[in-house]
Amino acid sequence: MTAPVRERRPLYPAARRRTGREPGSAWADLVLVLIGVCFLLPLLWLVLGSLDPAAGHATRIPERPGLDNFAAVFTPALLFRPLWNSLLLSAGTGAVTLAAAVLAAYPLSRYRSRFNNPFMYGILFGTCLPVTAIMVPVYGLFVQLRLLDSPPATVLFLAATSLPMAIWMTRNFMDSVPLEVEEAAWVDGASRLGALRSIVLPLMRPGLGVVFIFVFIQAWGNFFVPFVLLLSEDRQPAAVSIFSFFGQHGAVAYGQLAAFSILYSIPVLALYVLVARGSGNAMALAGAVRG
Amino acid sequence: MPATPRQRQVLRYLPVLPAVVLLLVFLAGPVLWAFQASLTNAALTGRHARNPEWVGLENYQRLAQDPVFPLSLGLTVLFVAGSAILGQNVLGLALAVLMRRARPAVSATVGTAVVAAWVLPEIVAAFAAYAFFSRDGTLNQLLGRLGVPDTDWLYAAPMAAAVLANVWRGTAFSMLVYRAALNSVPAELLEAAHMDGAGPWQRFAFITLPVIRGSIATNLMLVTLQTLAVFTLIWVMTAGGPANASTTLPVLAYQEAFKFGDIGYGTAVATVLIIIGAVFGAAYLRLLREQKP
Repeated sequence: MTAPVRERRPLYPAARRRTGREPGSAWADLVLVLIGVCFLLPLLWLVLGSLDPAAGHATRIPERPGLDNFAAVFTPALLFRPLWNSLLLSAGTGAVTLAAAVLAAYPLSRYRSRFNNPFMYGILFGTCLPVTAIMVPVYGLFVQLRLLDSPPATVLFLAATSLPMAIWMTRNFMDSVPLEVEEAAWVDGASRLGALRSIVLPLMRPGLGVVFIFVFIQAWGNFFVPFVLLLSEDRQPAAVSIFSFFGQHGAVAYGQLAAFSILYSIPVLALYVLVARGSGNAMALAGAVRG
Repeated sequence: MPATPRQRQVLRYLPVLPAVVLLLVFLAGPVLWAFQASLTNAALTGRHARNPEWVGLENYQRLAQDPVFPLSLGLTVLFVAGSAILGQNVLGLALAVLMRRARPAVSATVGTAVVAAWVLPEIVAAFAAYAFFSRDGTLNQLLGRLGVPDTDWLYAAPMAAAVLANVWRGTAFSMLVYRAALNSVPAELLEAAHMDGAGPWQRFAFITLPVIRGSIATNLMLVTLQTLAVFTLIWVMTAGGPANASTTLPVLAYQEAFKFGDIGYGTAVATVLIIIGAVFGAAYLRLLREQKP
């Protein structure tokens, strides 16, 4: 699951040498473009609608394009507070997940024990649980523990749901740091924790970045968890406030909805590009993302 | 005092503790709580909210008699089979194969379009899909040109709309998996078959597919599990309606628990979903172990 996607090997190079281009590549282009257009159509509405003060459901070139929609949602209550809440939730989740994953990955990567394999497979099993299925019981649990409407508790829950994948990824990244580098540090008198902090973690910084961004993107886009666990409006992240906005003003303000959606999506799109470009290993992300 | 090997072993694994506590409290805890709560009449508000009573298997008996439950189970199977196993899986493989034949610039651009729908926050993707299928939406604009009268697809064909929307949203995952898998097919093998006179379809069926069958199995499992858990897309597009015509199990569990305030019954539905997920999860683990020599 870790093979890089970006490397392209020509399909049987010898045949390509004979004919120049592969047979049928023109219709391959055509079919791909058609599929690509189908995938872009729903997004086109989002972009055009955000620039059209009189937007409806229809996709059309705005008669009088402008940034009125963006200006209309640029208010603290509508935009900044929900986005700030999203940031706190996502960054908090990323930090908690990363800390717990690094701590757990160290013994799993560095020591041999009968405990490792069952633990890793148990964790993998955890990633298979449909998170939406446990939201009703989680709500019940939060009621009993009086944790409902608490952002820190929501962060802990989101961290728990992303931990299994984060531990897998972090352990794989840690496995790729050779033990010898660490041993050299011990010879120089560093403790295990010291070597972890000063040698191992800096070496796996790109990997840790990928894990953090992956968890961040998931938490940023999550709707159902904060929708169930956070009740008061001033604590809800953008995913939930956008939904209530839609329910209240949706029928009249599609343009504003589209503008809001775009502003809310830009951070994760940027982070994804960063990971896909930077590590050149989109599979690390693809293998880990789930619904 | 020198520590015994056993004590040392325990100390060494101490850093795993925070992760284990989080997983036990927030994942294993709710699952166990679900089994227990599904045997009570716990409610969202009122008398039974504070003091739920033990009702045994009553919720499950209700489940067996409730006409909505088999409908919902069938819709979930339809949703998973249509959008994940057929839609995302086959379209993802087709995209990956086509991308190797098309011009690099074309395949890069189309790849970006497919991935964009997948990277967007789920609520935004759901709004875009809602607008696309609504009465004066893009789909009707296109079909109108062909002379098809305006239809409110979200009412006329809610499941078809949800399936298509989920294919649009999730195909990128399968595409990425298969692009990586196709890179692992040895070029010499394809070339040898070509020399022997095998056509493109024969090469695909007898060489490519057998070589990547491990990836196919893994991908099928993962998209099934992901699709089983889809809630937001359907909730925003149809909210399960009209008249339960698109109520998959996650939507049903949510409705029973939070709309009708019957936590006990909602948890029973959720438990069924957890068990289905666990069965697929166990099958997935088996598959992974078999693939490892």
